Amino acid sequence: MNTKEYFKEQFEQSNVQDRNNLLDVVRRQAFDTFSKLGIPGAKHEEWKYTRISGLFNKEYSFGVNLTQDPLTQADIDAIRLPGHESANELIFINGRFSAQLSIVRSSQLIVLPLEEAARGEYRQLVEKHLGHSSKYQKDGINALNTAFVQAGIFICVEKGQVPDHPVFIYNVADAKAVNVLSQPRTLVCIGEAAQVQIVETFSTLGSQESFTNQVMEIIVEKDAFVEYYKIQNDKANAHQVSTTHIRQIGKSHTHAVTISLNGGMVRNNLNVVLEAAHCEAHLYGLYFQQGSGHIDNHTVVDNVEPNCLSFELYKGIMDDASTGVFNGKIFVQPQAQKTNAYQSNKNVLLSREASVNTKPQLEIFADDVKCSHGCTVGQLDEEGLFYLRSRGIPEKRAWSLLLQGFTMDILEKIKSPAIRTYVDGLIAERLEFRSHGQQEID
Amino acid sequence: MLNIRNLHARIDGKNILKGINLEIKAGEVHAIMGPNGSGKSTLASVLAGRKEYEVTEGSVDFLGKDLLDLSPEARAGEGLFLAFQYPIEIPGLSTTNFIKTAVNEVRKYRGENALDAVGFLRLMKEKMAIMNIDQSLLSRSLNEGFSGGEKKRNEIFQMAMLQPRFAILDETDSGLDIDAIRIVANGVNKLRNKDNAVLVVTHYQRLLDYIVPDFVHVLYNGRIVKSGTKELALELEERGYDFIRSENHIGEEVK
Repeated sequence: MNTKEYFKEQFEQSNVQDRNNLLDVVRRQAFDTFSKLGIPGAKHEEWKYTRISGLFNKEYSFGVNLTQDPLTQADIDAIRLPGHESANELIFINGRFSAQLSIVRSSQLIVLPLEEAARGEYRQLVEKHLGHSSKYQKDGINALNTAFVQAGIFICVEKGQVPDHPVFIYNVADAKAVNVLSQPRTLVCIGEAAQVQIVETFSTLGSQESFTNQVMEIIVEKDAFVEYYKIQNDKANAHQVSTTHIRQIGKSHTHAVTISLNGGMVRNNLNVVLEAAHCEAHLYGLYFQQGSGHIDNHTVVDNVEPNCLSFELYKGIMDDASTGVFNGKIFVQPQAQKTNAYQSNKNVLLSREASVNTKPQLEIFADDVKCSHGCTVGQLDEEGLFYLRSRGIPEKRAWSLLLQGFTMDILEKIKSPAIRTYVDGLIAERLEFRSHGQQEID
Repeated sequence: MLNIRNLHARIDGKNILKGINLEIKAGEVHAIMGPNGSGKSTLASVLAGRKEYEVTEGSVDFLGKDLLDLSPEARAGEGLFLAFQYPIEIPGLSTTNFIKTAVNEVRKYRGENALDAVGFLRLMKEKMAIMNIDQSLLSRSLNEGFSGGEKKRNEIFQMAMLQPRFAILDETDSGLDIDAIRIVANGVNKLRNKDNAVLVVTHYQRLLDYIVPDFVHVLYNGRIVKSGTKELALELEERGYDFIRSENHIGEEVK
């Protein structure tokens, strides 16, 4: 059975019929889109270097309670983030939200099943914003998530509220017995003058393959402030397409940091849509890929209204035979005068087999703007290495210090000290196990 | 302490050092002077172990060890220090973290225990006072955005922290005004004692007003062509390098 037929069968089984049910309507539309577009292949401009269609030649278990032994808190303990004792912990198992395993500690935080939100008092918000990311991800993989939205969640921080704890979201794939396809879905609404910190991770349990196709849409209202951290450090046979779509619909501030340290084929989409004047957005990313892993960061900053500021810096270290992609789009719409948009991507290749494709893409339709972009691909400075060694620092340690130094301006953008220390530790540990420094590249 | 015998070295197939002989004893300060391109910085680089340079002949004995056989970090461990002419900027690595790592790696090499936080801080405070270095400078990324004077002061500060037996100052005066030269020289003088030695590589005599050498050597075309006491430096300043050239008839040197 081919991929499309497989999902068609799955979709029909899930009985999406109710025209009065908002989610059913959205799902059916998305499924039609998926049927038309399918899983994006190499001919799709946005998927030229990231070929996920091959991954769908395998069979994945997908959908309802496939696991014989449901996961327990003990399973989750192994993957908890530091500081979890005082965090709201939201847990997805194989793409389905588990209310049982999740803990909401902050009274200022509303967490509802998406189905419930779509029926009740938040219906209008859901109707207006769910699926907005499809305007930027015009491909079947985004539609596939929406077509199978079930057991997703709706997170809301009401006007003026500031939850006293961060929100940790664990996307867990239970691949102990079979290959697993997970499609977590989250809609977040941050009300006027509210503030929240979200930290998201991805973990595969067991040795089978996992494919996580995740979509999170975040709506940010006037004077709100959002910090968002994505930390990817999954196994080499854990693949993902992870879309984070941020709509700043009022003058607001977002701060997003994407850390990708591992995984098989990893594609991140980060969209920031600046739909009000005087919005500010900071996008930072650090990727450190190894083995034959692949990391792709596609970012979009869409300046719709005037006087917005965006600052973007992504840095990458490519080791072994890993491959990387950075594609950074900046749109400045005709009415978005006085836009300030800055973008930079810097890469270090540590081996002859590693490669990275980096592409800034600016489309500017206004005439009074300040935009800049730049990218570099190179090696670490041998002079720096010699300098450190001449002070008695052994070669391997010197390499580690140089690479850690390279990551520092991204790590310092992680405002939570516990999370920053955690990520710094992951990188230090990785560097500890590297056997070689840098191969000379001709 | 240091004994250089018939040292030849080249880079990219080009011979730069063509038979250097030099002996430096503990407690001495030597100065190497010479025109641009004479091989001064090459000598400093070869001694510190920069891998771009290939030693084709000769030997260097340092405290009874074959220096040329050691990695750059082992040379530092044995007590050799090079103050760079152009200190390297390392983004993201704080100066304090760098120095702490270096100090403890050198201690480890010598079989000593690593300094704890308190011990390190005490040492640092003491040496900061000598070099007029401010705490804010040390918390910044190593040399990044430092002025020329700050970079050179930071080099001598590192020297103070590592307490080498033998230090090479590679044109430490270049790019510094006279006040900065005085601060740097003052730092070096405070670190001098009967057990260590310094090799000052410079183009100009003015640094030697502040770091007074016991011996002055003139390097020309890859060889030491004249040696003397500090008066030689004054003579060079007055008469220029041309008199060396004519006196030694080395303009016709056959390669």
